[in-house]
Amino acid sequence: MKTILLSGNTALSYAVKQLAVDVISAYPITPQTTMVEKLSEYVANGELDAEFIPVESEHSALSSVLAASAAGARVFTSTSSQGLLLMHEIMFITAGLRLPVVMGIADRAISAPINIWNDHSDIMAQRDTGWISIFAESAQESYDRTIQAYRIAEDENVHLPVNLNFDGFILTHTYEPVTPIDDELVLKYAPKKRRKLVLDPNNPMTFGGLGSPEYYFEAKYQAIKALENSMETIIEADKEYKKISGRGYGLYNAYMTEDSDTVLVSLGSIGGSVREIVRRMRRDGLKVGSLSLKLFRPFPAKELAEVLSKTKCVVVLDKASSPGAIGGPLFLEIQATLKSFDVNVPVIDIIAGLGGREIGPEDIRVMLNKGLKVASEKKVDKLLDYVGVYL
Amino acid sequence: MPKKVSEMEEGFVMTTPRSSMQTKTGSWRAFKPVIDYSKCISCAICWSYCPEPAIFLKDGKYTVDYEYCKGCGICAAECPVKAITMVRESD
Repeated sequence: MKTILLSGNTALSYAVKQLAVDVISAYPITPQTTMVEKLSEYVANGELDAEFIPVESEHSALSSVLAASAAGARVFTSTSSQGLLLMHEIMFITAGLRLPVVMGIADRAISAPINIWNDHSDIMAQRDTGWISIFAESAQESYDRTIQAYRIAEDENVHLPVNLNFDGFILTHTYEPVTPIDDELVLKYAPKKRRKLVLDPNNPMTFGGLGSPEYYFEAKYQAIKALENSMETIIEADKEYKKISGRGYGLYNAYMTEDSDTVLVSLGSIGGSVREIVRRMRRDGLKVGSLSLKLFRPFPAKELAEVLSKTKCVVVLDKASSPGAIGGPLFLEIQATLKSFDVNVPVIDIIAGLGGREIGPEDIRVMLNKGLKVASEKKVDKLLDYVGVYL
Repeated sequence: MPKKVSEMEEGFVMTTPRSSMQTKTGSWRAFKPVIDYSKCISCAICWSYCPEPAIFLKDGKYTVDYEYCKGCGICAAECPVKAITMVRESD
């Protein structure tokens, strides 16, 4: 198929159209709005034969698609920031009921102060809701991962909701050349699969029944294990996608991590900038590397422990905070991973880019230099630092 | 005896509905609704308001099913002719 110019938002909408989604329900919120606009346009002009349910809030948007999914429909919703927080309660329920809902998240900061720009505070607050959580670096990747998401979510060994994270404005509003795959190929790769257990008036079942202390733990355990076990399907879906499109992303993008003194671990769109700075610093003979993580839940701990064991200091870039903790959410995860897998490499955390604060080339150099310093001195002075904040 | 994870349906879906019938909630009750049939006009308001539902039409009379009635008192509050009295269980 020929290459077209799409923003992150419209790339996602384009994929949703090709996936022939049955029910869409969403509430507009910056910077996700143009995605919903495009989808309602597809439904209104007949390009997509779907039910578009306009609702009064994000709580209702996710509740609507949850119910439609329970009835066997292929569904989509999307949101951002405060809207995602309003969905929080229903996110647990979606995972607990094992419903293959797919959601696009235009990652954005959380109030207060009110701010519409990018960071990862919204998704990090949903960490324990039991969803598969994927991060994209480009509009193309947002498109590709949307198609993969349906294949993963609807796989009979998974049956879990998936959220696709793409940075607000940086990806949602930036137009990039995107090469879609053919419509037929999309549905051949991710065919609609009807689950065994669906709401049907002719064969009534109870979804969301009371799980008293005799039952709750087992039901919860089942959903926890399903998320753990989804890893295999996620890897397989990516490999199969590469066969038909030539594009695969893996669990992470490791650049110059072998033979490195320090590696900067990041999530989302900043990955490309980090690789560029790594390339420039390598030219100056500095042994730096980049690891852009693509999958946050399930967390690929074993794989990361292996790749990060080869460096001398790991610098984690957190675009979210966990006030009162020893570091940001990604740092805590990486630190725990390395200790648990007996990888004796020091880890330091950098919190940057909150509320859309620009992370420039110089900032990335500062972060990598902090890692180089720890690697050469073999000691950590400061576990957590902030880059780009005016004190 | 709890059901094992392996015996449970995915997402804790219950494929045999009406399982709540096995939970007799009448023992939760502190106050019991008692209908005075000399006042009752069979308007069915108690029947329609009962959230359980534990009020049924039996032999032409609206009757409380005490096996399930939790004693919430909504029927007594809604009865337009004050035919229902909430009586303390121990009395």
